[in-house]
Amino acid sequence: MSKRIELKSLDVYYKAFLAVQDVSMVIEPKAITAFIGPSGCGKSTLIRTLNRMHEVIPGARVEGQLLMDGEDVYGPDVDPVRVRRQVGMVFQRPNPFPTMSIKDNVLSGYKLNNSRMSKAEAEEITEKALVGANLWNEVKDRLEKPGSGLSGGQQQRLCIARAIAVEPDVILMDEPTSALDPISTAAIEDLAVELKEQFTVVIVTHNMQQASRISDMTAFFNIAGSGLPGKLIEYDKTEKVFSNPTEQQTEDYVSGRFG
Amino acid sequence: MTDTKPKAVRRLGDIVFANLAFFAGVSILATLATVAAFLFAQSVPAFTGPPIDAASEGFFSYVLPFVFGTVYASVIGLAIATPLAVGIALYISHFANRRFAQILGYAVDLLAAIPSVVYGLWGILVLAPFLSPTFNWLNANLGWIPMFAGQVSATGRTMLTVGIVLAIMVLPIMAALIREIFLQTPRLHEEAALALGATRWEMIKMAVLPFGRPGIISAAMLGLGRALGETMAVAMVLSPSAVISFAVLTSTNSNTIAANIALQFPEAGGNYTNLLIATGLVLFAITMVVNMIARWVISRRAEFSGAN
Ligand SMILES: Nc1ncnc2c1ncn2[C@@H]1O[C@H](COP(=O)(O)OP(=O)(O)OP(=O)(O)O)[C@@H](O)[C@H]1O
Ligand SMILES: [Mg+2]
Repeated sequence: MSKRIELKSLDVYYKAFLAVQDVSMVIEPKAITAFIGPSGCGKSTLIRTLNRMHEVIPGARVEGQLLMDGEDVYGPDVDPVRVRRQVGMVFQRPNPFPTMSIKDNVLSGYKLNNSRMSKAEAEEITEKALVGANLWNEVKDRLEKPGSGLSGGQQQRLCIARAIAVEPDVILMDEPTSALDPISTAAIEDLAVELKEQFTVVIVTHNMQQASRISDMTAFFNIAGSGLPGKLIEYDKTEKVFSNPTEQQTEDYVSGRFG
Repeated sequence: MTDTKPKAVRRLGDIVFANLAFFAGVSILATLATVAAFLFAQSVPAFTGPPIDAASEGFFSYVLPFVFGTVYASVIGLAIATPLAVGIALYISHFANRRFAQILGYAVDLLAAIPSVVYGLWGILVLAPFLSPTFNWLNANLGWIPMFAGQVSATGRTMLTVGIVLAIMVLPIMAALIREIFLQTPRLHEEAALALGATRWEMIKMAVLPFGRPGIISAAMLGLGRALGETMAVAMVLSPSAVISFAVLTSTNSNTIAANIALQFPEAGGNYTNLLIATGLVLFAITMVVNMIARWVISRRAEFSGAN
């Protein structure tokens, strides 16, 4: 499953501080959407509103509307826990659970929903998710070993496996490769392209080549000055944003003239 | 550069600090060794000298009830204190709002500062009479469990009362330690759990408790250490007899080693003193064994500790 996400004049706050202002956009299913922009413009903040992780921070809140296949994610009777089970997230720094084995890491999200699963079922899910994350061959002989014993790139793919094991509708990745070497980065990029066959993929990146290589749509955010809110400046097909942007700011940013 | 092996630069600060740390470490070991040597040396006459009235049937049958009492009282105390301490720590670290958590934190720290004599008095004067009806109820309804069987003490001054007093005594330090550990749970792992759709409680089970496990064990051991050695509170609450009995509601309770030493020492002389010191040596050994077990438990899963 893969869902269309619609943001309607979304304002995102930390207490009284307006971090992101008035974002309206449609994130297409079965595509990769990249968020780019200078540091502090609110990319992480915005992506975390998509699975309601933003509100874990005390005082953080959202105004405006966020629809997922037409359903209001911030509706009064919507349980954030349920939203997060449908929207997987991969963080900037790999964060497998250090106290769990590789296998338990993969199954950790799945177990939340299905406390009782047969051994065969568990093995099947583990294999499927690890194959999906291009990690199976590297770890199939040490599934019972701790996840923290893997390399950084492998840990990040383990986190992706953990996220896709629950078969979410959307996968969010906040700079998933910024802590990784070029080879691990390439592996994750390939993986992202495979994932979009099934999921809606949103990725935050500082790496312009990465955005232009893998994404279908690109959203450029900018901030007018510190203390001011970040805004969506331009949102279009990736080719267009990188070759022939409408806004001067976008042009400056993608050509490396600032940011 | 002709020098193949350049001399490492040694900074004054590093040298001073290394030596300080070294002496601190050595002085702990030296203190421990001195205490152990003292205990050993003073214990020997208890075995070699003429038999003493108090231990007419030999040292081991003398000390055994005390060993039992010590371990039993401490285990009861710990069994009560550990879940409570984990609960309090979790509440402070993850549930209470910041203001209230702070107040609660201070209250817990204050409890730790109360001298044990006061706990003993409180145990006799307040807790024992207060618990008496509960003991009767336990005996009437759960009397089929050996622990709760027997003739219920009329005063409420029983093994269970001691266990509860000990639990309350070790609770603050345990709760404070465990709270610190829970607060150190990496935000990254908590968010990983939440992002998978864990509820707060599930997040605690996935990220906080496993991460804090070695710390909980260490805190429990610290609590156990204090409970094993606790003297005044036990000596005041219990009216001891030399028995080994699992019943926790009756008035025949075995004493603990530390309390026995405190009670007997003023009247002891000659060989009797040596006998008491020998029991102290046994307490020392128990504490060491307990700590070794704890180390082993922690190291067994070091691979999964997240410290790598
Ligand atoms: N927990 C927080 N509390 C208060 N303000 C925050 C918090 N997190 C971020 N901010 C502020 O919100 C704004 C946007 O931050 P955000 O982390 O979303 O930027 P970003 O675009 O992801 O930057 P980067 O590219 O460096 O990751 C910044 O001004 C930041 O200081
Ligand atoms: Mg960011």
